Amino acid sequence: MTLQAKPHAEESLPQTEFTLRVNGRDHPLRTDARLTLLDALHDRLGLTGTKKGCDQGTCGACTVHVDGRRVLSCLTLAAQCDEREIATVEGLGTEDELHPVQRAFLEHDAFQCGYCTPGQIMSALGLMAEGRAGSPDEIREYMSGNICRCGAYQNIVAAIRDVAGTEDGGRADDVPQAEGGRP
Amino acid sequence: MRPFTYVRAHEVGTALAEAEADSRADFLAGGTTQLDLMKDGVLRPDRLIDITRLPLHGIEERQGALIVGALVTMEELAADPVAGRRLPLVREALLRSASVQLRNMATIGGNLLQRTRCRYFRDPTVAACNKRDRGSGCAAVHGSHRTHAVLGTSEHCIATHASDVAVTLVALDAVVHISGAAGDRKVPLTGFYRTPGDTPDVENDLRPGELIAAVEIPLLPEGARSDYLKVRDRSSYEFALASAAVAVGLGADRRIEWARVGLGGVATVPWRAVEAEAVLTGSPADGEVFASAAAAAVAGAEPRPQNAFKVDLAQRTLVRTLQTVTGAGS
Repeated sequence: MTLQAKPHAEESLPQTEFTLRVNGRDHPLRTDARLTLLDALHDRLGLTGTKKGCDQGTCGACTVHVDGRRVLSCLTLAAQCDEREIATVEGLGTEDELHPVQRAFLEHDAFQCGYCTPGQIMSALGLMAEGRAGSPDEIREYMSGNICRCGAYQNIVAAIRDVAGTEDGGRADDVPQAEGGRP
Repeated sequence: MRPFTYVRAHEVGTALAEAEADSRADFLAGGTTQLDLMKDGVLRPDRLIDITRLPLHGIEERQGALIVGALVTMEELAADPVAGRRLPLVREALLRSASVQLRNMATIGGNLLQRTRCRYFRDPTVAACNKRDRGSGCAAVHGSHRTHAVLGTSEHCIATHASDVAVTLVALDAVVHISGAAGDRKVPLTGFYRTPGDTPDVENDLRPGELIAAVEIPLLPEGARSDYLKVRDRSSYEFALASAAVAVGLGADRRIEWARVGLGGVATVPWRAVEAEAVLTGSPADGEVFASAAAAAVAGAEPRPQNAFKVDLAQRTLVRTLQTVTGAGS
């Protein structure tokens, strides 16, 4: 009778294979089917910009874009994103040249602890692409899925207004787009 | 979350066959309810059948109705020009729901099947929940129930149905198109939902393995007046404490020729207020009639200590909506 090594616990669970295309780069993955898009980005790909706040679809800290639409990565299975275009905060500016929305958040002091900020920024990009940054009230309504425990809302609205302008109703045609997909 | 097998279906037939082969399989669409409840341990499927790539994404105007594919997202339907023009209350209800991120994920089919926000249902460490485990009791009846239902309740369950858009759809006589391994069928949405009775775990008419394929929404006639008003604890990103969906036809003599009324946030199912419609139909559009209609709508209410305020709030919400759509009685 030969002893066989027991399969690794992780490997004995139902696995699934797919490719995550993040900020224009392909990442083939073989994982436990339970992996959420948030955990895949954060723990498997080392893209730690996207944050886990509530992990139950309430706070908006995990907001990313899938095929150009802002969604919650904590309630999205990674496997569901096979062949989709994912854009995260890492695909925006560089340290030397920030994305205009990132720069506006700095200039307007639109955060304190900063934990919700990547989600706020990805959501703000979606907001502008949707043409919903026309007034402070409109910004507040359509940014309501992003919670800021520090209460930096006034300055978040100011930062978004600064980038979106008001004359064009906040249409984002002239806002640089996130890499790897329409934001 | 318990381990599960993930499979992806590209055709409706394949999805139905997968579901028929495994009674412990669930469909996965937007996932905003499904994954949330799986993380909480409330739902424990062995297998998830991803249906997001099925060809059920279209919106089509056909014979006076909008046929909305089950996988159309809430944001997509809200942006549809025909819905905006001919079903403005549907658009309003959608845009007052959840957040943009959730509306970009959540589908119309999934919205109709969303589970209650009752905190006891969502917490498996609470033993008493007849919706999770038939016969185990109801923790809400004597527990925290400020947000719970006053209409359609039973001693076994008082959980509120949380959908906004479904309230407008029951008012509009929408029809659910259902696909199953045994064939396709159509069910009026007003007959689709089940009040809890003594089987709160049975929430609707869907049989095991069946799939919602589309929702058929009859368009409002030209000249109809309609609105959806949602009252809640904060002005955005919150469930309704009370809501009203109203559509009326107003004659030249300012009599109400026909009326459709739905109530949300106060009932165990998206509530069609036929008693209110009976009062309104043929009556003048004035404050006295509105008050009578609102009283008729809640005549069967069974309030409890913490949610008794909803009986007044539902009436005021309905009266306000009737005032808005008719421009009368304010």
